[in-house]
Formats: sequence, structure tokens, C-alpha cells
Amino acid sequence: MRFLLIEDNLKLAGAIEERLRLDGHAVDHAPTLETAASCMAVASYDLILLDIMLPDGDGRTFLQSHRRAEKRTPVIVITARSAVSDRVSLLDLGADDYITKPFDFSELEARCRAVLRRQGGAADNRKKFGNTYLDSAAGELQFDDSRVNLRNRELRLLEVFFAAPGQVFSKNHLMDRLFSLSDEVSENAIEVYVGRLRKRLEGSDVRIDTVRGLGYRMVPL
Amino acid sequence: MRFHCITHWLILASALIASPAIAFEIENRRIYSADPERSVLRIISTADLNVFDPILRAFQEQNPGISIDYSVAGTTELMKAIYSEGAIFDLAISSAMDLQTKLANDGFVQSYSSAATATLPTWASWRNQLFAFTQEPAVLIVSDAFFTPDTIPQNRDALIALLRESPERFAGRIGTYDVRRSGLGYLVATQDSRNSEAFWRLMEVMGRLDAKLYCCSGDMIDDVASGKLALAYNVLGSYAVSQQATTNGFHIVELTDFVNVMLRTALIPVNAQNVEGARDMIDFLSVLDTRQDLTSATGLPAINTMSLQENTAFRPIRFGPGLLVFLDQMKRRNFLRNWENSLFQE
Amino acid sequence: MKAHGSIRRRLFFQLAGVAAVLSVAFFVVLRGVAERAAEGTQDDILSASATAIADSLRSEDQGVTLELPYAALSMLGTINEDRVFYRVVAAQTTLTGYADLPQSTTTPNLGEPIFATFDYRGEKVRAVSVSRAIGPVSDATNVVVTVAQTRLGLEAISRRITATATGVGVGFFLLATALSLWAARSALKPIERMTDSVTRRGPSDLRPVESNTPAELVPLVAALNSFMARLRASLSQTEDFIAEAAHRVRTPLATVRTQAEITHRKLNKPEHKRAIREMIRAIDESSRSAGQMLDHAMVTFRADSLTVDALDLNAIMADICDRLGPTADLKDIVIQRDFWNSPVTFKGDGILIQAALQNILDNAIKYSPEDSTIIARVDVSGAITMSVTDQGRGFGGVDTNRLTTRYARGANVDEIVGSGLGLTIADEVARAHGGHIEITPNPEGVGACVSIVLPIG
Repeated sequence: MRFLLIEDNLKLAGAIEERLRLDGHAVDHAPTLETAASCMAVASYDLILLDIMLPDGDGRTFLQSHRRAEKRTPVIVITARSAVSDRVSLLDLGADDYITKPFDFSELEARCRAVLRRQGGAADNRKKFGNTYLDSAAGELQFDDSRVNLRNRELRLLEVFFAAPGQVFSKNHLMDRLFSLSDEVSENAIEVYVGRLRKRLEGSDVRIDTVRGLGYRMVPL
Repeated sequence: MRFHCITHWLILASALIASPAIAFEIENRRIYSADPERSVLRIISTADLNVFDPILRAFQEQNPGISIDYSVAGTTELMKAIYSEGAIFDLAISSAMDLQTKLANDGFVQSYSSAATATLPTWASWRNQLFAFTQEPAVLIVSDAFFTPDTIPQNRDALIALLRESPERFAGRIGTYDVRRSGLGYLVATQDSRNSEAFWRLMEVMGRLDAKLYCCSGDMIDDVASGKLALAYNVLGSYAVSQQATTNGFHIVELTDFVNVMLRTALIPVNAQNVEGARDMIDFLSVLDTRQDLTSATGLPAINTMSLQENTAFRPIRFGPGLLVFLDQMKRRNFLRNWENSLFQE
Repeated sequence: MKAHGSIRRRLFFQLAGVAAVLSVAFFVVLRGVAERAAEGTQDDILSASATAIADSLRSEDQGVTLELPYAALSMLGTINEDRVFYRVVAAQTTLTGYADLPQSTTTPNLGEPIFATFDYRGEKVRAVSVSRAIGPVSDATNVVVTVAQTRLGLEAISRRITATATGVGVGFFLLATALSLWAARSALKPIERMTDSVTRRGPSDLRPVESNTPAELVPLVAALNSFMARLRASLSQTEDFIAEAAHRVRTPLATVRTQAEITHRKLNKPEHKRAIREMIRAIDESSRSAGQMLDHAMVTFRADSLTVDALDLNAIMADICDRLGPTADLKDIVIQRDFWNSPVTFKGDGILIQAALQNILDNAIKYSPEDSTIIARVDVSGAITMSVTDQGRGFGGVDTNRLTTRYARGANVDEIVGSGLGLTIADEVARAHGGHIEITPNPEGVGACVSIVLPIG
């Protein structure tokens, strides 16, 4: 996914950029509303992450003009104000969702996913491997005539594999991608989910291999 | 001047009773001794012994230990005894309401009240000093020898007319009180004079007919019953009723224009010695209306508001300072002068 | 606080004291007036009597004569049974009556009776003397008529009047005392009413007192209101400060947390990773606590001046489910919606109810195991019940009443991030709307069911 991050705090912006890139997302950073406008003029984004407090204006005015221009790109507001009343006004102004600092990136990703699904998906929401499609927006696998519904974690795990077919992913990496850092997760959790995926993939020409000592990879049958 | 004063009783010198200074006249005296005797109750009364005897006996029965020393005197004598001479009695009983009132008014009477006296109607007592126990009308009595029932006059006008019509028939045969001597007679006469102008006309007629003057009701009743008199005016009705039980030959007439009703009262003089006994007697007399046996035995009508109201001609004489008016020296002198002028016309 | 005296008692005693003084004054005046009236009546009758006697004096050959009128004395007996004395003196000699009755030394003027009170025959008497000249003008005889009457009747009347005056005075006093009690009470009623309205307030209701204030209490109430306004301003400043502080802290925290996540991703040794995770959890905990504290402050603040809007509770519940859906998804938790089949209208503060539901659902997600189901239910049978049922660990047998107190948490949640304010917030919101919260074990197995119960209508 391609994000536009509008954030004046450079340290935080840098960290978010780096963190999102770790999950394979492209991020453009705009420290001011002016920069943001020029970014949006030359590129299109799947999602805008907007800090509400900016040096050259309130994020709210950006939201208003963004909505007035009938741009469809969803906006998730990053706010330091956590009160319910603030949230209501943000949503009223046209934010698609909001997340309060400090945030869990798993949650940010989940919210992005939810926002995109509500909007009909990102540009690359359908990925193919062999005869099998992974539809992120619908949350299902499609092969031959069958459609298999996926739970959230199954989908997210498959997305990791579909993003780099054939690549070996370590258990640690998969755990980081799958679980929130604030959750307590058992060591064999990944094995459980890989087991479930194999069951889902039955009948397709895709399978998930165990590479002993290294991790897992997705390969054709 | 012809006047009869016939006493049936021995006239006793007062000196026999008390101190030598005493000058009032006692007509009769009887001592009811109690055995054992705790106290002596000395009563001076205008009520004849034969009338009052049952009451005294009943009282003694109820209050054993009290001897009764009962003296009978005329109303004027009684007044003289207590007012002027300071005679010592525990109880004075008289039907001369004006004199009794004067005794009370002038401070010769002590007050008393009890549950028994409280039962008396308010008009039957005065100042808690005078206690009435009988209500006695002054009546006309007529001799059967002179009248048939349908020829008896029923009011003063009829009486005057009758006397004027036949002077020869009634000359010397009518009687009334000598008001100069009888306190009771004076009271009735003065009340008559207040009530009606007919009184003076009647007196004049009586004067022309050479009326006989009496000191006491008893004598008049006797003379009418015997036919000596054709009629007697202003006789104490209770005596007449009492006499009628034993004597025939007369009728009692309550005149229809008005009838003076006198209250016989008892009082305790300030110098009474046996006050307790006197009080007992007053209590006894105050509830005489509950003793039918005594009222019928004595012929004395007990205090009874109802019976007073039944006869509209009854004029009960009211207590009060008004009764003092005719005792005023000047007033009395004038009244007696008028009375004498009416009765003695030669 | 120790009370120094009581206004009511002081007011009562003062009023009762005034009543007592008035009663006594009333008694004295009433008695005085009535006795003077009674005395006047006696004097009038005595004068009438003496005048009647004087009028009936006649001049005759021998001198002055008197035909004492019956009424002259009988009128004196009409109102009482007092003893009567009289004396008529013509040219210094007693004509008639009581020769020893004292007569005033001065001869009364014509038509001007002289009154005197003295002892006669053992009793106090009231006497009146009038004079009249009789006979030819050249040789007129001056006649003085004195009529006296004892005063027993007057004393009886006086006793009766005293008794009546006493009765009336005592009655007046009792009545006035009762009225004083009532007056003292009713005078203090506005204070009681205000005390009531102030004590009935929530602990943080700092709105100005606006009940009908009697003029005398306006300064006190104004002072109280200004004090509360200052307190409120100071509280609001504190809140703003907390919000601002939270805001200032949150951005660096976000940076740190993000850096930590990146570091976590780059580290390989499990013990290093664990250390980073613990750091992240600490950050989450402080952030979440700050959030809940701000929510709680906001709830307390708004609960005192409740906004009343027409709400659809179905819609609010759906909104909250939408908002927390992504969070639930992360743990593969399904939020099952079991809403009422028609809009559930309720008049209340939407923001507060959202805050309450969000806290409850957030808790439920936090304490639910992975791959479980949470039931969000809106039910209107009997009362309005909005419940969230999870399959988590429940509250571990802790007294559920205690859970709604500030910072109380279940007995088994040590490793889960939370401040324990969630249920307190929900409880305060429910109570601000006339309802309450109920915490019961999940009837369909493990877990707990937290419900906000609101009255219908």
C-alpha cells in the first residue's frame, strides 16, 4: 500500500515511515499541509495518515477541503487527543477513522484494512499465485470455482506469503507480522495458523512448505 | 279600732329563755331532746309547731344526737330578736322575705354553700345566705256558710264588686292581716300595692265593712272555718291547706288576677353557735322537694319551678334589694299611713 | 462540623418570648379594660339609683319627704346579689336609710355624682352621692343621696375576667408558640431547600445554585456560586492541563513505541524481544490509563449538566462495534450483534453513552481469548439493557459492586493493560441517566456479561 503521512514531528514521522516499510508499504512523508498538497498533486495514495496538529494549519481544515474536493482517498487521523468527544468531531469532519498516539501498528494496519474494505479495496487488493487468488478486500481465497472465507489472521498470514511467493519467512518474522506486540503469544501459535492455512488451501495448486530450521514458504504444488 | 289577736300558744317571756335584756315575744317553744345529745340546734321560726313538727322529727331521725330547741315567734318579733336584740339562735326561719333580706343585706347572716344548696334554683336563694325551701301563695279563703262554689269571687275586682253590692252581709265578717304587727302581712300588702291599684280600693272597701285585723293566718282560718268570718284575704295558703285536712267549712281561692307567692327561707345568723347543726338543717331543707312524705304531712309546698310556671297568676316575690324599699322608715311610715287611712275611716 | 447554636431555636425562642410578652400585655390590658368596664357599669347603676331616689324627693309642709321608688333599689339587684345601703341626708340630718353610712364631706355639685370606695359593715363598698336642692329657691334644702353597694359581684366578675384573660392569654401564648415553631420552621425552609439541593448534587456538580433564593440569602448564595465558579474554573484548568500534558507526552511516546516496534522487528534474541515487548506494554498501559482518566473526567464533568438528545441506542451500539471491529479482528474475535429489531430511542447524552459502551467493549476485547465471540446486545424487554457478553476469564469472583469503584480491577488481570476505570466510567454514565450497570457471569458458559440498564422513556 502507498501511504501519505502528514506529520510535522520528524522523529515520529521517520519512525512511522521506517515501521511501515518493514511491512512492505510505500510511504511519502509531508511535514506540512503545503507539502502534502504538492505530494497529492503528483501521486495517488491508498491512504492518508494525518496528524491533526500541524505547523501551517489545523488538520481539520485539510479534512474539510479534502472532503470538499470529493477525493476518495481515505484518511485516518493520528491524534494525541483521546477523548470520545474529540473523536466524534473528527469523524463528523470526514475522517474515515482515527487512532490515538501511541499506537500499535497491528491496530493501524487493521484499521487501514477496514477502511479500505469499506471503500472497495486498495489498488492491489487482489493477488494471484498459480491458479489461486487472494482477495484482501473480500477476505477470501479463490481457486477453480471455490471461494474460501478467511479469518483475519489467516488472511494476514497469507498476505505475507502472497507478497513474496517462494520466500522463506522465519517464525519470528511471521509472529511479528501476525500478533500485536501487546499480546502474549505462545511459541507454537504460528504452527497453528500455518496448519489452518494448509487446510484452507486444500484443493488449490498452492501449498505452504516447512523449511526446517528456517521457517515457511509458499510454493506451487 | 277593733282587732283580734287570739293566740293559741302561751306567750312566754323571752327572759325565760335567754338574757334578761331580751324583749322579743316567743309564742311557743318545744325542745326535741336527743339521747345521747351531741349538740343543741336553736331555731327561731315563724312556722307553727304543728306544721313544722314532722320536718323537725325527720331531721332528727336523719341527724341523731342533735337536740332541737324550737321557738315560734311572729315575723316582726323574729326580726326584732336578731336585728335589734342580738338574740342567739343557730337558725332563723321566716316567710317574711323582706325582713330576711334586710337581715342578710345588713350583715346579720353568714354565708354557706353545699352540694345540697346548689340544687336550689337560682331564684330560691340569695347571696348564699337565704335559702328558700317552700313556695307559699297568699290566698283568699271563704266560708262555706257564706258562699256556694259558684258565688265565690275569682279575682280582686269581682271581690270588690261583691263587697260593695252587699255591705250588710259582710260588715264585720271579713278579715285580713294587721300589717302593722305582722311582718308577713306587711310584705303581702306591700307586694299587693306594687302589683295592682285594686289593692287600695279593696282596703277601702274592707275599711268600710269594718274588717277585722289579725296577727296570724291560723286565727283567720279558724274564724272562717267556724263561720265567724265570711272571708279572709291574704291568708298563707300552706296553712289553709294544712288546716283543711282537719277542719271543714271553708274554701281556698287562688285569685286569677295574681297570687303573691312567698318563699319561706332559712338563714344562719352571724352569731350562731351550732353552725354545723344549722348547716345540716339547711341541707335538709334544701332538698325538701325530694321528701314527698314531709310535704304532704306538713302541707308545705316544696320549691318547684315547674309548679310555679303552671299557674300564670303566680307572682313569686323575688329576692333582691328591692325588698328593702318598703322597709325604708319613710316609705313604711307613708304606707302605713295610707293603709290606716283606708281601713279606719271614721 | 460543630454547630454553634441553632437559628431555628433562636428564632423560636425569640418569637415565643415576644409572644409571652404580648400575652402578658394582652392579659393586663384585657383585665384592666374589662374591670374598668365592670366598675363603670356598677357606677352607672349606682348613679341611676341615686338619681332615681333624688328625683323622688318632695317638699312637704314639715320639710322634705321621700317616696323611695321600688326600682331605685331593685335595679341594683339585677346584675348581682350584692348588699345595698343608702342614706338620704337633708340639711345635715339623716332623712332615711342607714344613718351610719359615711357620706362624702364635700357636697356633690348638681348632676355631678361623687364616687367613693370604703369599708362599711365589714365589706368594701362602692358609694355614689348625688345632691339635689329641694323647696323654694329662697329657702332651698340641700339633700344628698348616697347609695352604696358591696363589690362581691364586681369581684366575681373580676375573677371571671381574670380567668378568661388568663385563659385567653395562655391560649394566645400557646397558639403563638405553635405559630412561632411553624414560623421558625418555614422561615428556614428556603435554607433547608437550598441545603437539600446542594447536598443532593453529585460530588462534582459545580453548577451555580439557582433555586429561588430569598433576598437575605442572596449574598451567601452569590458567594457560594462564585466560589464554585472559581473551583470549576480551576478544575477545568486542571483538566485542560491534563489533556495538554497527555497530548504533549503522547507524541514522544508514539515515537518511542514505533522505534521500539522497529527494534523489536530487528532483534532476534528472544530475551531482547521480550524486553522490548515489556517496554511497549508499559507505554500502552500509561497511554491507556491517561485515556481512561480523561474519559472519566469528561464523564464526571458532563454527567452534571447532561445533554439530552434523542438517541437510537441500536445505532450507537453499532457504531461502537464498527469502531472496535478492527481491534477485535486482530484477535480473530467475532463481535456478534444482537440488536433490537427497531430503533431504541432514548433521551440522553450520546457522547457519554458512547464512552461507556466503548469502555465496556474495549474491556471485553482485551480480556477475551483469541478466536472467541463477543455478543453485543440491545434489549428492550422490561428496561433498556445494553450488554456485552464475552468468553473471557470473567472477574474472578471479585465483588462486582467493587468493580465499579475507581481503579478496581478483576482479580486475574495482572498481565493485561488496563487502569480499572472502564467500569467506573460505565457505571457513572448509567447512573447519570437514571440507570445502573449489572455485572453477571456469562449465562452461556465462561466469561462475563456487563450490562448498562437504563429506564425506558
